[in-house]
Amino acid sequence: MSGPFRLAEGGTRLDRGRPIGFSLDGKRFTGFAGDTLASALLASGVRLVGRSFKRHRPRGLLTAGPEEPNALLRVERGPGRVDPNSRATLVELVPGLAASTQNAWPSVRFDAGAIFDRFAGHLAAGFYYKTFFRPGWAWHRLFEPAIRRVAGLGRAPEAPDPDRYLHRHVHCDLLIVGGGPAGLRAARRAARAGARVILADERPAPGGGLADTGTAGPRIAGETAAAWLAGLVAELDRAGEVVRLDRTTAQALHPSGYALLLERVSDHLREPDPRLPRERLWKVRPRAVLLATGAIERPLLFPDNDRPGILLAGAARAFLARQAVLPGRDLVVAAFDDSAYAAALELARAGARVHAIVDPRPEPGWAARTAAEAGLRVLAGWAPVGSEGGPGLRAVRLAPLDAKGRPEARGERTIPCDALLVSGGWTPAVQLWAQAGGAVAWDEAAAAFLPTRGPSWLAVAGAAAGARTLGEALAQADRAVDRLLAGLGFTPEAEPLPPIEEPEPARALPPWATPELWRRDPKATFVDFQNDVSVADLEGAVREGFSAPEHAKRWTTAGMATDQGKTAQPTALALLAASSVRPLEELAPTTMRPPWTPTSFGALAGVHRSDLFRPIRTTPLHGWAAAKGAIFEDVGHWKRPTAFPRPGESLEAAVARECRAVRTGVGLLDASTLGAFDVQGEDAASFLERIWTIDVADLPVGRCRYGLVLKDDGTVLDDGVVCRLAPNRFLLSTTTGGAARLHAWLERWAQTEWPELEVWITPVTEGRAVIAVQGPQSRLLLRRAVSGVDLSAKAFPHMAWREGWIGGVPVRIFRVSFTGELGFELHVPASRAEEVVETLERLAPDLEPTPYGIEAMHLLRLEKGYILVGHETDGTITPRDLGLERLLSSKKDFVGKRSLELPEHRSADRPRLVGLLPVDPTALPSVGGQLVERAEPGTPSLGRVSSAGRSPTLGRTIALGLVRADRARPGTRLLVYAADRPAIEVELCSPCFLDPEGARLRG
Amino acid sequence: MRFSLANVLRQGFSGQTGWPLQWRKAEPARSYDVVVVGGGGHGLATAYYLARNHLVRRVAVLEKGPIGLGNTGRNTTICRSNYLRPESIALYDHALRLWHGLSEELDYNVMFSPRGVLMLAHTRHEAEVLERHVHADRLAGVDNEWLSPAQAKAFCPPLEIRSLRFPVLGAALQRRGGTARHDAVAWAYARAASARGVDVCEGCEVTGIRVAGGRLVGLETRKGPIATETAVLVAAGHSSVLAKMAGFELPIVSYPLQALVSEPLKPCFPCVAMSGTIHAYVSQSDKGELVIGAGTDRYPSYGQKGSAPVIEDAVEAIAELFPIFRRVRMLRQWAGIVDVTPDRSPILGESPVRGLWLNCGWGTGGFKATPGSGHLTAWSLAHGKPHPLLVPFGLERFSTGRLVDEAAAAAVEH
Ligand SMILES: Cc1cc2nc3c(=O)[nH]c(=O)nc-3n(C[C@H](O)[C@H](O)[C@H](O)COP(=O)(O)OP(=O)(O)OC[C@H]3O[C@@H](n4cnc5c(N)ncnc54)[C@H](O)[C@@H]3O)c2cc1C
Repeated sequence: MSGPFRLAEGGTRLDRGRPIGFSLDGKRFTGFAGDTLASALLASGVRLVGRSFKRHRPRGLLTAGPEEPNALLRVERGPGRVDPNSRATLVELVPGLAASTQNAWPSVRFDAGAIFDRFAGHLAAGFYYKTFFRPGWAWHRLFEPAIRRVAGLGRAPEAPDPDRYLHRHVHCDLLIVGGGPAGLRAARRAARAGARVILADERPAPGGGLADTGTAGPRIAGETAAAWLAGLVAELDRAGEVVRLDRTTAQALHPSGYALLLERVSDHLREPDPRLPRERLWKVRPRAVLLATGAIERPLLFPDNDRPGILLAGAARAFLARQAVLPGRDLVVAAFDDSAYAAALELARAGARVHAIVDPRPEPGWAARTAAEAGLRVLAGWAPVGSEGGPGLRAVRLAPLDAKGRPEARGERTIPCDALLVSGGWTPAVQLWAQAGGAVAWDEAAAAFLPTRGPSWLAVAGAAAGARTLGEALAQADRAVDRLLAGLGFTPEAEPLPPIEEPEPARALPPWATPELWRRDPKATFVDFQNDVSVADLEGAVREGFSAPEHAKRWTTAGMATDQGKTAQPTALALLAASSVRPLEELAPTTMRPPWTPTSFGALAGVHRSDLFRPIRTTPLHGWAAAKGAIFEDVGHWKRPTAFPRPGESLEAAVARECRAVRTGVGLLDASTLGAFDVQGEDAASFLERIWTIDVADLPVGRCRYGLVLKDDGTVLDDGVVCRLAPNRFLLSTTTGGAARLHAWLERWAQTEWPELEVWITPVTEGRAVIAVQGPQSRLLLRRAVSGVDLSAKAFPHMAWREGWIGGVPVRIFRVSFTGELGFELHVPASRAEEVVETLERLAPDLEPTPYGIEAMHLLRLEKGYILVGHETDGTITPRDLGLERLLSSKKDFVGKRSLELPEHRSADRPRLVGLLPVDPTALPSVGGQLVERAEPGTPSLGRVSSAGRSPTLGRTIALGLVRADRARPGTRLLVYAADRPAIEVELCSPCFLDPEGARLRG
Repeated sequence: MRFSLANVLRQGFSGQTGWPLQWRKAEPARSYDVVVVGGGGHGLATAYYLARNHLVRRVAVLEKGPIGLGNTGRNTTICRSNYLRPESIALYDHALRLWHGLSEELDYNVMFSPRGVLMLAHTRHEAEVLERHVHADRLAGVDNEWLSPAQAKAFCPPLEIRSLRFPVLGAALQRRGGTARHDAVAWAYARAASARGVDVCEGCEVTGIRVAGGRLVGLETRKGPIATETAVLVAAGHSSVLAKMAGFELPIVSYPLQALVSEPLKPCFPCVAMSGTIHAYVSQSDKGELVIGAGTDRYPSYGQKGSAPVIEDAVEAIAELFPIFRRVRMLRQWAGIVDVTPDRSPILGESPVRGLWLNCGWGTGGFKATPGSGHLTAWSLAHGKPHPLLVPFGLERFSTGRLVDEAAAAAVEH
């Protein structure tokens, strides 16, 4: 039987052949496959499932779905599989599941925090804004830590998550959210018309609310609801173009129509399947969307309306239909809406004792008469006025209402019971509609905000659109889907609605329409259960001026709990309207924000973690470098060799050795990460003229020129070499880190500023490898390897390029240098790169070509005083600051040129690039250290150190820096201030420490 | 009635019914000495200090909706002053000093919590940039210190430092930095300003700005015209719209900036952590939610809805840096419209229209400046000239070229 409240038969979801053991707070229970944690606990007679957020009131199940505010449990399934704040109504039972209650100590039954409820009068909404801040330090040191400890819900997991998450990107014609009768029927119509449909429903099985109806439910075309639904689902599952997703929640619907569906793939499996992800996020771009998201039942407002044992009538009905569980044996039903009568009837037929149905509406309708005819006691014009028990419900107090709706104390009766079923009508689930930009308006007859105008690709049908009967829902579904299909170019065939036997419901009485009930004890009458927001809190909000809905929400926190106020709205809004004496239609509901239900970070992140977090870019020479013992570091997405230490060699020694090799012999650097762009077109030259600071038009084919790219404010964006490959074709070689930014910059000017120019920009970084061959013996080395090129200084000057061969591999050779030595860069096809370096090494064992890494590269360029974008520049530095006036063409205009003319750019406090020689040649200034006269806080900064290193060539430390131009005289001594480090004295000098005449370069 | 424990207790016995309106629901008068346009934190603070420090008598705050629901009520509340340029450090540290003591000053618990702001470096370049901040800040007398990865982990235990695509190489920590309760800041300033006679006019959108002979003469509003010779525009993302009404342009681009919170958890995150390379920032609210900041959209927009991939990026970053949070769930996401300037520094000072002042361009990071910005703007309005600390931030810097660039070094929005 598994639990005293389980019936011997029934339960559409239940598989009684598969009992499942689980635990709550260490106590063992048994349920069946097909149970949720909620239904299994209910079946076992567990009432108390948690304590509320602030006042620690005992709480039980209120609902059977995603709107559950109370039953938040910590659920564990083995190491790392820990989920705090899980709604028991959504957790499907699996073997070994261990649940525990939250927010209670020492136990949920005897919770020390319950003391807070005693002080409810003092702990009104917002009390914490009014105290705890004197003296000033007390908040942070004393009160905040204490408040934090009592606040918060579950404990965060402590171990990393072992599960995987995937994303799937799909397109479809029509996305239907909600697999109730409206959604199913619309899906079938669309499928028959030939549309590609995705139908998503968050429940484990289709059918929506209709699947939760039993003997008192409607009959459709002579069939039971279950039979009719089964037929519909079977047809859909046969249709080729329909993807029907169970356990799949539409979490967000963006105004563009982009939808995020979260599919729970494996939490419900008996064993986690390592081949499956835990959750899959469907990223859907539908052409049209139909929302058939149903409605959410409202709890009632009366004193102590939150006692465990008080639950929504619809939830009780669902537990009965799905899992054959009774909410109690002795029931009272408070029907402010006719749907509660059906629940009462079905539960009575299932064997529960229904002691009374109270209905505040003076003239009961068809549903009440049916119930009375079935022998149930209906008290028309009565309402619940209180509950008793501790912590579980033991009795309800009922009273007749007088003509003004006031409970008459004389007639009050207390009826013992263990469950009270309440229904205050239904709130259409318009959240996704609103997220997508649809408007809603207050509808007095429906007592709800109903969808009005929305985007043309969007429609809503069924209870979500305010339908009160199945017939109405199906008719709406047909109309809505036909309109959408017509917009997509499909023509559905006419199909009559099935005949439906169902009553016409009487108008519901919303919970706020009985002020005499909620004014009795406002402090103990709850609106937002999870956040403990009572009627008194909302009244207080209005009194203190927080009557705008968004203010009231923030002051009281109503609607901000993990259920996002699904059962609290629009009741909270209506109470605000009542308290501030405004008509409800004047109050707009607060913005409905994604997601519909809380969504795991893992699902949103998908596979993007650790090595897959961002792409790892490796060069064609990565394997070669690794084989040479390179240690790598991250530069943007690239992995680049820092250095190539030999076994037993320190990093510093390796770098020094690599530098020496370049200065005295020949070194090889993998420079493939440098940004490369192929720029072609009739206007390529004039385009580059406008972007680069140097003259490009007169650059002969076969030659290169180094220059800068400026932002429009005159500061350096990037630097690089322009090579003319043909009259209308250039190759740009730029920095590694700036490549993506520069590409965007080039395209922006080409596309949006000068669309008239004929120019095409192709990034070609990936297609080739670049091997820098640098050092006095580089020519010697290349002579042995290269054929078809005269490498002599005369025939192949500095800043020229040639085409030739190395073995059978075509190479483009550029004579450029970032080291100050004679040097070349070889551009070779990516697929042949390793072959080329190996050839170089093979042909010159005597020259010992030495691989060097970026650390040596930095030092070599530092010795020469070459700037490195991002070090010497930081987005604020102009060419003049860098002493690079010679790179500014005076013959033409280029981006940034005008800004350079601003007087500000010539002022004496502009920075100026200088060399820095530490007076103690072993002292290494910190990069980022501040140049000052006195190394004390409070002294003005005169500049900063931009690069520093130990020069193996000079045998001392050197640095570059930017210092106020009026202080940038060679010989000046300043101090480098760095926090928590001793000050270092430096002498200013020229930024070029080696071979200022450039003899080596041109050799 | 003063906010105090005694009064909370006393009210507890009378159903809390004795608390008055926190600020008067004022209707605008025909004319004012100073009008503040925009009832966010900055505007309300400006009005408060005008009344409190400079005894300006007839002051109004005109807010198009209810107060405090712009960026003030949407931000992730990180407060810090470890900026790069001396001008910025001075400005933000002025504000940070006011934060420490603001609750008492305003008689309202704004929950300023100096929990420490940790900025992570994942690449050598990022480490150098952050170290440069540390040195510049310390030289300016502002706290900021450099931590090794292990020290960063000790300060923020949920942080993963090693098995990441971009391991942590170090971090800058400003211990005096922290967070505050954004709504309370707006409400507290409104209450304190109202108590000193300021008219806080809600639902009073400014629809036109009247200028005669290059001087401000009045404003058009949804509630009628208002005569004034001094006004300040404090409208964050909508500043350009207002500037246009006055006939000039601002170098501001407005973008949606997004944020999200998780479900509430018991205390598990002790500080504020921010990362540039792995773009995200996070802290835990007093209620227990992880408050997570995402990036700006790529496209300018006034629609207070951001695009989905931006949220995904931020969540990826959190799941990467703090693997124990992977199963934690996102509860809510939202966006605000931020006013971004070319140099990422605010625009403060008089506009081309005499008498019309500007306080805007705070972009993704102006909440932290709220008390300082209000305090200094009030001084400037009262003296008819910018406060010395605001001089570098005038609008003219975009034509002179003397920018206060915080863009280069600010890898992350906050
Ligand atoms: C998601 C997000 C995260 C952020 N995180 C941080 C952070 O961690 N730390 C930080 O320091 N900063 C952060 N910021 C930035 C910060 O929120 C803002 O810089 C700051 O709050 C701006 O305050 P404000 O008072 O100027 O603007 P707002 O609060 O936006 O106030 C401007 C007001 O002007 C009103 N208004 C507009 N037009 C008119 C009109 N015509 N007439 C009348 N009223 C008008 C608006 O309704 C609004 O209330 C963040 C911003 C966002 C959006």
